[in-house]
Amino acid sequence: MSVLVGKSSRVLVQGMGKHGTFHAVACREYGTKIVGGVTPGKGGTKIEGFPIFDNVQDAVDRTGANVSMIFVPPPGAADAIMEATDAGIPLVVCITEGVPTLDMVKVAEFLQDRETRLIGPNCPGIISPAEKCKVGIMPGHIHKGGSVGVVSRSGTLTYEAVHQLTSLGIGQSTCIGIGGDPIIGTNHTQALELFNKDRATKAIVMIGEIGGNAEEEAAAYVKKYVKKPVVGFIAGQTAPPGRRMGHAGAIIAGGKGTAAEKMKVMRAAGIQVVKSPADIGAAVAKVLKAKGH
Amino acid sequence: MKIHEYQGKQVLAAHGVPVPQGKVAYSVDEAIKAAKELGFPVVVKAQIHAGGRGKAGGVKLARTADEVDQIAKAMLGATLHTHQTGPEGRVVRRLLIEQGMDLDGAKEMYLAIVVDRATGSPVFMASSQGGMDIEEVAARNPKAILKEAVDPGVGFQAFQARKLAFALELPPPTLAKAVSFMQALYRTFEAVDASMLEINPFLLTKDGTVIALDAKVNFDDNALYRHPELKELRDLDEEDPLEVEASKFGLNYIKLEGGNVGCMVNGAGLAMGTMDIIKLAGGAPANFLDVGGGANAEQIRNAFRILMNDKDVKAVLINIFGGILRCDVLAEGVIAAVRDLNVQVPVVIRMKGNNEERGKEMLRQSGLNFITADGMTEAAKKVVAAAEGTL
Repeated sequence: MSVLVGKSSRVLVQGMGKHGTFHAVACREYGTKIVGGVTPGKGGTKIEGFPIFDNVQDAVDRTGANVSMIFVPPPGAADAIMEATDAGIPLVVCITEGVPTLDMVKVAEFLQDRETRLIGPNCPGIISPAEKCKVGIMPGHIHKGGSVGVVSRSGTLTYEAVHQLTSLGIGQSTCIGIGGDPIIGTNHTQALELFNKDRATKAIVMIGEIGGNAEEEAAAYVKKYVKKPVVGFIAGQTAPPGRRMGHAGAIIAGGKGTAAEKMKVMRAAGIQVVKSPADIGAAVAKVLKAKGH
Repeated sequence: MKIHEYQGKQVLAAHGVPVPQGKVAYSVDEAIKAAKELGFPVVVKAQIHAGGRGKAGGVKLARTADEVDQIAKAMLGATLHTHQTGPEGRVVRRLLIEQGMDLDGAKEMYLAIVVDRATGSPVFMASSQGGMDIEEVAARNPKAILKEAVDPGVGFQAFQARKLAFALELPPPTLAKAVSFMQALYRTFEAVDASMLEINPFLLTKDGTVIALDAKVNFDDNALYRHPELKELRDLDEEDPLEVEASKFGLNYIKLEGGNVGCMVNGAGLAMGTMDIIKLAGGAPANFLDVGGGANAEQIRNAFRILMNDKDVKAVLINIFGGILRCDVLAEGVIAAVRDLNVQVPVVIRMKGNNEERGKEMLRQSGLNFITADGMTEAAKKVVAAAEGTL
């Protein structure tokens, strides 16, 4: 079992440029059912064996796609998300980095009364290793099927955590990269809700970073509803205030969003917070052992 | 992207927000000329990308040309230290010469617009306690800050502006002006893709004029591609030269004071995590440097050039989680960069990904003095010791 993506995922790729095509192929090699691509004006052609459609609705009608993975460059990314939503795709994963914030404000408004769930933007995507389904740009080979759910705002730091888990023989149910932007489709709390409900997920890793208060909200949710062990890490304990640390969302502003504050709130909620990113795997091993798994 | 107050006021004025008459001056002569054209009294304001200028002596009233001369001479080229500049301060290179407003009996308030992450929509904020450090107000009395969430579908409405105006206890005759001021402010926010717009103080004078006495305008970097005219407002003098250099190559570099371990990492989260683990190992990171998710040889070389220009760096830690990037390709890039740039400081490399063993073998056989590490903890300990000269 897994959350969001799995054996029944039929994935469409929006933006079959160099980048999009490269990752469409990598996902297919991993085992993902990539059913086609969308590039306006190239409908009816094929790229790397994938049928290309002019628009998302055509693609959905012809392929039964139920997930869209977006590589459309920033100026068109918001439009691509809304097109996939309009075509009724239930899960949209936007990999694109650099989408203007006010574009995402419009997207958030557009999504409000619709059923579609958005992951990202500016994220590595989602992977369910046991079901050989990868919808994103993460290296598939470091993952292993199992019972730990991972949710994170960052890409390579997540790979680091996953690598530690796999090296210790601990597999993952699903890993969700929610993205490093200020406005994202699915936040930590919503990802935790999914893992909390998922029977195959026995423990959860939550990787956050400085900026905003999404981790604090997630901690409140954990305190109230989550019985499964949760291990947490916050990147940016040494980050100076007022500087944007790479991700648009990673900034300590007005004295808020510091790592120290987040770690304190998370600990108070019963989350096993590790200070060092090198200790994530070992902390998970410990909580799993304590639960008798 | 940050801009100067005078530029912010030009942007606001272009969208119908009332601001005082003013001119920018780069020299004492220009300052005197501007003051004479505006008429006395004038206010001489140091233009740096940091707040808290008033308390630091960067805002002064001048009643005569002589006073402008004296103040401008003292300010231009001087280093201003405010609570936002850090201990190194900022050199003043530009002045804003502005018509003096009559503050006698005036009401100083606060207005700001930002995007609220939690709701995913812009929020208009107001406080009657203007002119002060709003962060202090927020910490002491959060209720003193009024908030109106904006429905992105229809924008900021007049009723919302009226709500804020009444809450600020503005006298009814000035209501229409205040509403139009706030609506113009919101229009500006949307039109220029601002990430933050702050008017502190927002002034109501005794004679009923509403005006932006100060202006802080920050732009969303991701949206600058659609505002080429705003890109030109960037003042490179206000930025760290190495950060400017790094940005030319798509490298995300931030210099950190007091550190001696240079870091080179792929991905922002892992870069922050690497800084953290260096601190835990008893050292201090000299910088944040994200070479991008898919680092290549050219990026590695550029990153090395930036790091080697920082004289504080006594050792370098390269932490790359390759994944899709092959470690042998990475090793090749590192070896070439260290050779070509004649890197003298110890270099600790920790890399994960495809062809890891071959990459390590290449580093060993390069004849260069690389230190390799398997895990992040080991890498951090080694680089901290290397920087201290105790490895």
